[in-house]
Amino acid sequence: MQNWIQAYSWMNIRFLLMGLGVTVYISVISVILSFIFGSILGIIRYSKIKYVSAIFGFIIDLIRNLPLLLIIFFTYFGLPNFGFKPETIPAAIMAMTIFESTMIAEIVRSGLNAVDIGQTEGARSVGMTFLQSLRYIILPQAYKKMIPALISQFVSLIKDTSLATIIVVPELMQHAQVIYGQNANYILPMFAALAVLYFIVCFSLSLLGNHIDKKLA
Amino acid sequence: MINIITHYGHQLLIGLGWTVLSSVLALFFSLIIGSLFAIMEVLPNKYARVLGRAYVEIFRNIPLLVITMFFYLVIPLYFVKINGFTAGTIGLTLYTSAFIAETVRSGIQSVDPGQMEGARSVGMTYWQSMRQIILPQAFKIVIPPLGNQFINLVKNSSVLAFVAGFDLMYQANSIASATFDTINSYFAVGIMYLIVTLPLSYYMRYLEKKVA
Repeated sequence: MQNWIQAYSWMNIRFLLMGLGVTVYISVISVILSFIFGSILGIIRYSKIKYVSAIFGFIIDLIRNLPLLLIIFFTYFGLPNFGFKPETIPAAIMAMTIFESTMIAEIVRSGLNAVDIGQTEGARSVGMTFLQSLRYIILPQAYKKMIPALISQFVSLIKDTSLATIIVVPELMQHAQVIYGQNANYILPMFAALAVLYFIVCFSLSLLGNHIDKKLA
Repeated sequence: MINIITHYGHQLLIGLGWTVLSSVLALFFSLIIGSLFAIMEVLPNKYARVLGRAYVEIFRNIPLLVITMFFYLVIPLYFVKINGFTAGTIGLTLYTSAFIAETVRSGIQSVDPGQMEGARSVGMTYWQSMRQIILPQAFKIVIPPLGNQFINLVKNSSVLAFVAGFDLMYQANSIASATFDTINSYFAVGIMYLIVTLPLSYYMRYLEKKVA
């Protein structure tokens, strides 16, 4: 019991919460960036532009099928060979954005495909251009269908930020490791804290997603 | 990169072997555990449903790395000593089983309830109709999403690198630090991953189109 009280001293808790702050910061920026890039990529893939869509599609498939950990390593240890050396947090954000954009592109593409083709035909036949029909008719319906998939992708993005600990990004997992590195008695309390903190963040996002989904449906 | 593959091909293949072994073991066990919890979630018993739901939500919302490191660091501290590969595979199994439970549950629920009623009305027990009528239909529906889970599993098995599990990612770091040629080491390992995941992912997309 003594271990638990010491492990949860205010200094340690504050240190963990600072880590949680970095985790949330990386997650929020990566969610926003990968939502933007993922939507663009998904639309490019959906619009069937000759050659362009196929090439983008292939690159998306390549990145999607690699482990995120490899991409994190690549941005942090590989890019300096090309004369560009990012700091740890930007490297993590870059890796997350590259990887998650391709995952979201796939969600966007299948969401767009799930909208009845008659909707596009109808929009085009009343004189809208392809982009207009996409913007006003197809995308709003597609995004509504995508909400559950998008939310679960964002939840896994938050969980995946823990992998960035390998390049010593000062996020939640890393800070927990620093604390239990000082004293083996802190290992169990720290893992309990990690589980609870990650669970609270991820589960509340899932609940929010369900709520939005029900409200719109 | 050709250099890396010719000089370290042996090491890369060993890594691929451990990655595939860990993924297959984790898939096998998480299919069993996941299906059990999926069935629990659709049982008439309220407590079974709550328990099934709790299992899925807990393991879905905690990072794989935390689960794996827990088995690698905490279990040896209080119970038995386990090596990195075992800890990693247990972590992968528990994490994936939650996703599989979710997939199988939605498969079961997408089978028309009339099937259950029909089976029950010809005199089958609940378990008989579950096993012989509902589950075979449910598994047919969930094969493409389960395939995607397996692809995720292969990619996620890279956490074994954190616990010295000898997998591809671990070998990538060891080759990179031996040759100082980080870019090409990571490219070579990336290709090894793609050899497994890319054909699978195209095949699953083909299956999805066929089912739909």
